[in-house]
Amino acid sequence: MRFQLTEDQRALRAAVRGVVGRWSGAGSWGLVAQFPAPLNGTAQTGDSQFRLDRGLWRALGELGFFSLRLAEADGGAGLGLPEAVLAFEEAGRALVPGPLVATHLAAGVVLGADTGEVVVAAADGRLVEWMDEADVVLPGAEGAVPLRSVDPLTPLHRVPAPAPTDTVAVLLTAAEQLGTATRACELAVQHARAREQFGQPIGAFQAVKHLCAEQLVRVEVARAAVYAAAVTEDPADIAAARLLADEAAVRGARDCLQVHGGMGFTWESEVHLLLKRAWVRAQRGGGRTESEELLAAELTA
Amino acid sequence: MDLSYTAEEEEFRAELRHWLGDVLPSLPSRPSPDDWPGRRAYDMGWQRMLYDAGYADVHWDASPTLRLIFLEETEKAGAPYVGAGFVGLLHAGPTIAAEGTPEQRARWLPPILRGDEVWCQGFSEPDAGSDLAALRTRAWRDGDDYVVSGSKIWTSHAEVADWCELLVRTDAAAPKHRGITWLAMPMDAPGITVRPLKTLVGSAEFAEVFLDEVRVPVGNRVGDENDGWRVTMVTLSFERGTAFVGEVVACRRVLRELAAEARKNGRWDDPALRRRLGGLNAEFRALWRLTQWNVSEAEARGGGPGVGGSVFKLRYSQARQELYDAAAEVLGEGALDLGAPWVVDRLSSLSYTIAAGTSQIQRNIVAERILGLPKGR
Repeated sequence: MRFQLTEDQRALRAAVRGVVGRWSGAGSWGLVAQFPAPLNGTAQTGDSQFRLDRGLWRALGELGFFSLRLAEADGGAGLGLPEAVLAFEEAGRALVPGPLVATHLAAGVVLGADTGEVVVAAADGRLVEWMDEADVVLPGAEGAVPLRSVDPLTPLHRVPAPAPTDTVAVLLTAAEQLGTATRACELAVQHARAREQFGQPIGAFQAVKHLCAEQLVRVEVARAAVYAAAVTEDPADIAAARLLADEAAVRGARDCLQVHGGMGFTWESEVHLLLKRAWVRAQRGGGRTESEELLAAELTA
Repeated sequence: MDLSYTAEEEEFRAELRHWLGDVLPSLPSRPSPDDWPGRRAYDMGWQRMLYDAGYADVHWDASPTLRLIFLEETEKAGAPYVGAGFVGLLHAGPTIAAEGTPEQRARWLPPILRGDEVWCQGFSEPDAGSDLAALRTRAWRDGDDYVVSGSKIWTSHAEVADWCELLVRTDAAAPKHRGITWLAMPMDAPGITVRPLKTLVGSAEFAEVFLDEVRVPVGNRVGDENDGWRVTMVTLSFERGTAFVGEVVACRRVLRELAAEARKNGRWDDPALRRRLGGLNAEFRALWRLTQWNVSEAEARGGGPGVGGSVFKLRYSQARQELYDAAAEVLGEGALDLGAPWVVDRLSSLSYTIAAGTSQIQRNIVAERILGLPKGR
């Protein structure tokens, strides 16, 4: 049993990290920080002033982010879910905004989705992310009403009829959550080592240390669950992966915010963006209720 | 990333499964927790059967994957728990195999594997539990012997053990992690008094051990004098790394039994309970996957279990308690009846966040050794 990353998988992960790293660099976080806080000035409804970064989208397309599971004959890389999961984990770690899952799933279905030329949004549950910035909305968004999204980097619309759950979308979302959870843990540890109070780094205090340790434990448990689900493609494994990854991302971002203290509560720090994105993703694919019911039913199967 | 097994691994699994199917039906059930001599005989009898069938050394010599398969299959088949063999097979044995001299390996390992000798663990003391290095039991040299005085606590199987893996302080002046030595103490030596301790479960699971000028030959020292802390870390990595594999399999079985019971008694109609059991299903699936991940990593690295064991233990000990709390919800008022299934397990699960290093200590280990956070005071 070799339940470890292969050399090729490590290389793929590094390549994706390189491309999304351009987005997640200091300049991009600055861009986010300048975005006007939504409770100041004019209230926007559904119309984020933050435009989708088409350049990044095309760069991801060139990298094969959207097409990697397409057959080589169809211009893809012929790779599988484990590779897709590693790519989405990196996107989640860099908090890349945009309908990544919808466009990835549309590769081979919507012309231009595979190369990143065409941005595809999709209804998932009762929500559509990035509807106004997308070129195509699947399966359509009749009667969509804009929300004032809690996540400034994910404009949201609500649709009247819930769309059915796609298990691959659930798994790729779990991979994004895993990446965000990893990022939250890294940020918390970085801060806990650097920030001094009472004459020593706050990471030396058990109360802070234990918050960080629990973050890592949730990340590692979620990672094993997400990677295994990518290998088995078993619906129960995928449901388990989503529950663990949601928990790791949402609680991890909260703990990261707590470790940052007052700084974590500011608009300028990136911490709140991790938490808000984790909340948005936790609503996808029927939310936790659907996954818990599926796993309960599996116990009596 | 691959979750499939090699042909040899599958062959090992099939042979083991076949053998278990042959021997288990005629095996009597394990004696009660209060009958220690009975349990010793039973557990050692099972170990002897494993030995005769060629499975005894699976904890030490087999690849991590074969060990995983062994623990998975024996648990699935309902084979006996390692029981009184725990310390010998999972702690002392691997430690002596890694750190002992050829003579020591020849003296102690075969009886452990054959199920002839039982070991217990003399690490914790009344004032040195989680702060293990604060231990005060002293040993001084007298000719070819160490003379040991002090006391140990939480010593499982002390009443029926032949040997004790004992930590003693051999240099009182050294910093507290330095002056410690690891000894194999014969439990029939004069000067040893064992006083059983009753647990909150009501069983005499462990004991206090008082040592009054007990003579232990210098040849029983594993590792160098005053180098016992390093040897202890080897022992503990075995304890945290592989000890819980079978238990995760067992927890997954219990969860299915709980779902079946809930369907029978009508509580399954409560969506909150259903969702709680579904959440636990996610938890134990993930813990099983983490086990497979850790085993693969150990195999790829070619070493023993690493600090990843602490990550696993933290989550597992918590999940196990949540599992039996959910069992209590399924049982309702039946959870107050010690005769009902799972009730004793619920009580036992309370020790999991304490034994083998408390959760608080494990969090320090994860934070300091994996995340690199500074040591506190």
